[in-house]
Amino acid sequence: MKQFLIASLIAGAMALPAAAADYTIIAPANPGGGWDQTARSMQTALQQEKIAGNVQVQNVPGAGGTIGLAQFASQSAGNPNALLVGGYVMVGAILTNKSPVSLNEVEPIARLTGEYEAIVVPAESPLKTMGDLVDALKKDPGSVSWAGGSAGGTDHIAVGLIAKAAGVDPTKINYIAFSGGGEALAAILGNQVTAGISGYGEFESQVKSGTLRLLAVSSAEKIAGVEAPTLKEGGLDVVVQNWRMVAAAPGLSAEQKAAVTADIEKMVKSASWQETLKTKGWQDTYLSGDAFKEQLAKDVSATETILKEIGLVQ
Amino acid sequence: MSTFEFLLQGIAIAMQPMNLLYALVGVTLGTAVGVLPGIGPALTVALLLPVTYRLDPAGSLIMFAGIYYGGMYGGSTTSILLNTPGESASIVTALEGNKMARKGRGGPALATAAIGSFVAGLIATIGLAFIAPFVVKVALVFGPREYFALMVLAFVTVSSAFGDSTLRGLTSLFIGFALAIVGIDQLTGQARMSFGVPDLLDGIEVTTLAVAMFAIGETLYIAAQGATGPDKVEAVKGSVWMTKQDWARSWKPWLRGTLIGFPIGAMPAGGAEIGTFLSYATEKRLTKYPEEFGEGAIEGVAGPEAANNASAAGTLVPLLTLGLPTTATAAIMLAGFQQYGLQPGPLLFATNPQLVWGLIASLLIANFMLLVLNLPLVGLWVKLLTIPKPWLYAGILLFATLGTIGANPSVFELGMLLAFGLLGYIMRILGYPIAPVVVGLILGPLAEQQLRRALAISQGDPSVLFTSPIAAVLLTIAALALIVPLILRARGRGQVLSQLAASED
Repeated sequence: MKQFLIASLIAGAMALPAAAADYTIIAPANPGGGWDQTARSMQTALQQEKIAGNVQVQNVPGAGGTIGLAQFASQSAGNPNALLVGGYVMVGAILTNKSPVSLNEVEPIARLTGEYEAIVVPAESPLKTMGDLVDALKKDPGSVSWAGGSAGGTDHIAVGLIAKAAGVDPTKINYIAFSGGGEALAAILGNQVTAGISGYGEFESQVKSGTLRLLAVSSAEKIAGVEAPTLKEGGLDVVVQNWRMVAAAPGLSAEQKAAVTADIEKMVKSASWQETLKTKGWQDTYLSGDAFKEQLAKDVSATETILKEIGLVQ
Repeated sequence: MSTFEFLLQGIAIAMQPMNLLYALVGVTLGTAVGVLPGIGPALTVALLLPVTYRLDPAGSLIMFAGIYYGGMYGGSTTSILLNTPGESASIVTALEGNKMARKGRGGPALATAAIGSFVAGLIATIGLAFIAPFVVKVALVFGPREYFALMVLAFVTVSSAFGDSTLRGLTSLFIGFALAIVGIDQLTGQARMSFGVPDLLDGIEVTTLAVAMFAIGETLYIAAQGATGPDKVEAVKGSVWMTKQDWARSWKPWLRGTLIGFPIGAMPAGGAEIGTFLSYATEKRLTKYPEEFGEGAIEGVAGPEAANNASAAGTLVPLLTLGLPTTATAAIMLAGFQQYGLQPGPLLFATNPQLVWGLIASLLIANFMLLVLNLPLVGLWVKLLTIPKPWLYAGILLFATLGTIGANPSVFELGMLLAFGLLGYIMRILGYPIAPVVVGLILGPLAEQQLRRALAISQGDPSVLFTSPIAAVLLTIAALALIVPLILRARGRGQVLSQLAASED
């Protein structure tokens, strides 16, 4: 019996690499952030569903993900077992940091999740609706201070787009960038700023407990279970989604690309991934292949335009 | 149910045998990663998240809490014995702690750090249980201008800890400021002083600088002396344990460190380091033995070590009451909460009281376990110092290098480690203090960002910096701390000051 066990273990160990690929996922950020959580959730799902044998997560933090991107593009070229997690923040960071490596240098596989932006004010704010906020913005753009995440990130871009849609000069917006980790939320709760903007999940429990007032969300249609109107309903033609994606290394053959895409699709459809989405409150915005590449190109050019208009990119 | 009943119920949950086991695993792991420079509690918790997926929420959170507290405990050990801070919150500990260790007083230094951490952890955890909602309200009053005033106060008080020469201390501080400018500017997203090197875009890592300046610089200094250098290191002189006098000199710094560390840790932009700086400066001002500061004063270990553990508990205040993670470890613990479908925030105390109180109770238990685990180890740790010097310093070099690569596997980072090590060596030879460089790197960017945020919100009106009552009070204290010693020194050439210090109890 013992021998049989050992034999089957060895056989199993030898059979594994043939049956399922091993993956190394690069999370281009520190442990704890959204990309890191995405990478680690992928690790769990890929392993639990036996889509991959051994999955490792490696953190390569820095500069909005552009350090990890550059390292991935150069060191993993041609490696079908290497994956990179990225997202919309990376698109902005590539532009503002003048990164020598762009998303053209890797092989985007699929968009996995997305989160819409939420615009909030402190409960005691005199601004009751998005309309009130836009009026204040039109009257004196500088008097409306917005607390959000890093400069040039999704939050900043969304504020620029809102100003533009409202007919206000985007260079005049008074955006106060806070480092992550809830510092922006503290400034909003402490009534230090006029309004706050971030992913809806960051504000959810505060909105539910009534300490923050949710004015609008940046989705195309109303989010299920969220009462606030969309920006579009408020007459501002702005849809912003902070999406996250997975990319493969450059220089793969068509078969290798297809194999990675198939593995990711299997993962996205799996029960454990769907469960993760639910517990983390991530929207499933799965989009793969050419449709994703097309959307990505659109996002990149739109982002470049607005960053130039805000004045962050020359 | 009252708060107290909830706490008792929490203790009952945490005392279940399995949960005790998780706590033990957590504190042991935490101490281990705290001792190793580079591998912090954040990475450890991140690595363990998938493992804990199968545990029940209470069990895994209890383990995380153990790792978190353990990391803060362990960080002091290498600081004291090897002059190699395991993390940025134990940098100040190295100042006096390592001097003590070299005089054969490593045992009492480690003991006062361990007991101080216990006392601070105990008081701060009880504070977390009973006054968290109040503390968080105070912390939220702190906006950019209040933080800026706090930074100014920190600069003024810390500068007193810069050694004998103000000029040399300020020179070192400004080297730190210069290094702090490197990298992407937080408020505009533009790169500064990075010279097109992508590795510099994120600025200079505090632990890299601290390990380089302290450990590498020291090693080079000792190596340069060769066999001719006096063999100063005495492993053990007198008792390994704290004497009666050590106790008498430690208990007040423990309490003061806790009082300083807890609220600053609870502030969303506070962090653990500032509390340790302020505590060190306070102890230096209040001590009866000012001549011992810089030569191994036990108060300089007791205070900051209490402060950094108290701030660890403080960090949990905004996490549990607002869902605000203010450190990397807290962010991952938040991810841990979400894994179980729990949303920390204003509703958590109401919707999941068992879990919250179980966590708070397990912090108390983890704290106690750490003391039991660490005190007997003191005797073992100090034996490290009996290792012959060449071996010991070779080991320090190895540890420092490994820790740096462990945190960030990059050749460039290693190059920086070496370059800053050389800088530390040169500064040592020329008699410049090295701690202010690290202080400048930590506080410089915080002060700059908060000042610019405050001015942006006010649309450029500088009067906003003084019109908030809290900011005004903090700035007034800072001004007094700067001016009063100058007047006293001018009048009595320092005699009045030392008399004052001597007569103060």
